[in-house]
Amino acid sequence: MAARPLPFWAKPLLFALCALPLLHAAWRVYQGEAADPADYLTRESGWWALTLLLATLTITPLVKLGHWPQLMRLRRMLGLYAFAYASVHLAIYLLLSGGDLAIIGDDIMKSPYIVVGFSAWLLLLPLAITSTDGWMRRLKRRWSQLHRLIYPASMLAVIHFWWLTKSDMRQPLLFALLLGVLLVWRVWRRRVPGARSA
Amino acid sequence: MPLIRLSDPNAPLSSEITPQAVYLDRRRFLATGAAGVAGLLLPEAHAATLKALPSAYSLKEKPNSLDEITHYNNFYEFGSSKTDPAKYAGQLVVDPWTLKIGGHVAKPLTLDYDQLFRIAPLEERIYRLRCVEGWSMVIPWIGVPLASLLKQVQPSSKGRFVQFVTLERPSQMPGQRTDLLPWPYREGLRIDEAMNPLTLLAVGLYGETLPKQNGAPIRLVVPWKYGFKSIKSIVAINLVEQQPTTTWQQLAPNEYGFFANVNPEVDHPRWSQANERRVGEFSRRKTLMFNGYGEQVAGMYSKLDLRRWF
Repeated sequence: MAARPLPFWAKPLLFALCALPLLHAAWRVYQGEAADPADYLTRESGWWALTLLLATLTITPLVKLGHWPQLMRLRRMLGLYAFAYASVHLAIYLLLSGGDLAIIGDDIMKSPYIVVGFSAWLLLLPLAITSTDGWMRRLKRRWSQLHRLIYPASMLAVIHFWWLTKSDMRQPLLFALLLGVLLVWRVWRRRVPGARSA
Repeated sequence: MPLIRLSDPNAPLSSEITPQAVYLDRRRFLATGAAGVAGLLLPEAHAATLKALPSAYSLKEKPNSLDEITHYNNFYEFGSSKTDPAKYAGQLVVDPWTLKIGGHVAKPLTLDYDQLFRIAPLEERIYRLRCVEGWSMVIPWIGVPLASLLKQVQPSSKGRFVQFVTLERPSQMPGQRTDLLPWPYREGLRIDEAMNPLTLLAVGLYGETLPKQNGAPIRLVVPWKYGFKSIKSIVAINLVEQQPTTTWQQLAPNEYGFFANVNPEVDHPRWSQANERRVGEFSRRKTLMFNGYGEQVAGMYSKLDLRRWF
C-alpha cells in the first residue's frame, strides 16, 4: 500500500491542539472560574500529561495497524507535550510545597504516590533531552533502547493516579486498561511469529 | 479587605450583609416581587438571610470566600469531583424537609423545615475545616450546638453513641445512582463528642441558609475531625447503644477510622497528614493537632491510643 503523506498542516495543528488544554486552564483561572486554582491546575496538568503519554504510545499501533508510517512524525511532539504537562504538574507541586524541604521530605517518606509520580517524571527527562535528531543519530540503536523507558514511566504515572485517588476509581481504571491494551499489543507482536507483518 | 468581626463590636455580622447575589440581582428580585409571583417563579432561588449571634468559639482568621466554600467541596451524593456539588445540587428539594430524632431518647422529635431554624438561638461559628485529602478552609457557619437539640430529646443511659443519616433520594442526587459509596451516607459520634460545645448543627453560612451543595438544610460540623465526619443534609439522628457503622470506615477501614480526629502525627496509609493547603492559598501550612481545637477536645481522648483509634 502506498504511504499516505501527512498533510502540511498536520504538525502545526497538533501543536496547537496540544497547547489548548493548558491555555484553556490558564484562561479559566484568569477568569476566576476555578474555586481552587492550585488544585484545578494540578489536576488538569496531571490528567493531560497522562493522556498525552498514552496518546504517544498509541502512535506505533496506529502506524502498524493502519499502514501509515508517516504518522510516526507526530510521535515526538506528543511525547514532548506529555513531558511538558508533567513538568508543569511537578512545578506546581514544588511551588505548593514552597520549596520547604521538610514538607517534601515528609511527602517522600509518607506519600508513596508522590515518589512514584516523581519517578515517572525522572524517567521521562532523558527521553525529552534525547528527543532531537542529533541525539537520535549519536545514540543509534541505543536511542530506541533508551526510549523504552516510556513503558515504565507510563506504568508509574498510572500507579500515581491510582494511589492518589480516594475512592472513585473509574478514571484510574480506564487509564490502566488503555495502558494495558497498548502494552499487551507490543508484547504480542514480539512473541507471536508473523504478528510483525500483520 | 479583612473581615473583622469579634474584635469590632460595631462591624456588621456577615449575617447582616446583603448577599452579593441578591444585591446584584435586586432589580429582578424587586420586579418579580412586585408581581407577587416571586415564590412561584423562583422557588428556593434565593437563600434566606439568617440572624445569628457571634460566638466566643469563632476563629479570628479570615474566612474563605463564599465562592470557594460553595464551589470546591466534596458531596458524593452529587458526584465525586469537587465541582460536582455546585453543578448538580440545584435540583435538590430541601423544603419540605423532615428530620427525625429518635432511638434511646425519652422524647423523640420530628422537625419540619421551619423548625430546623428554631432549635435554639442561632450562632455564627467561624471554624476551620480540614479535609482528610489535605486541604482546609475557614468557614463562617451558622447553627446551634448539637447539645441543645440532644438535651431536648433527653438521651437515656443506653444512648452512648449518636448516629446520623443523610437523605437518600437518587432522583435528585445523581451520585446516588452510582455505587461510589454505600448509600445512604452514615456518620456517628460518641455521646461526649456529640455533647461537646464545639459540635454544631449548621443551617447556614455567610449569613444565609446553607447552599444546597454544602448540605442544606441541616448538617453536622465537627471542626476537630476530618471533614467527612461532618455529614450533610441530615434526615435522621438516632441515639444508639453500639458504635454505629460509618460510611468511609465501612468502605476502607484501614484508611478511615470512626474517630477521624485531625492528627498531623497519624498519616493516611497513602499520604502524609502533617500539612495541608488552605484553599485559595498556594503554600502549604502545618496541620494542627485536633485541627487547633485541642484545648476544647483533647480531654475526651486522654485514655485513647490515637494511633490505633485513628
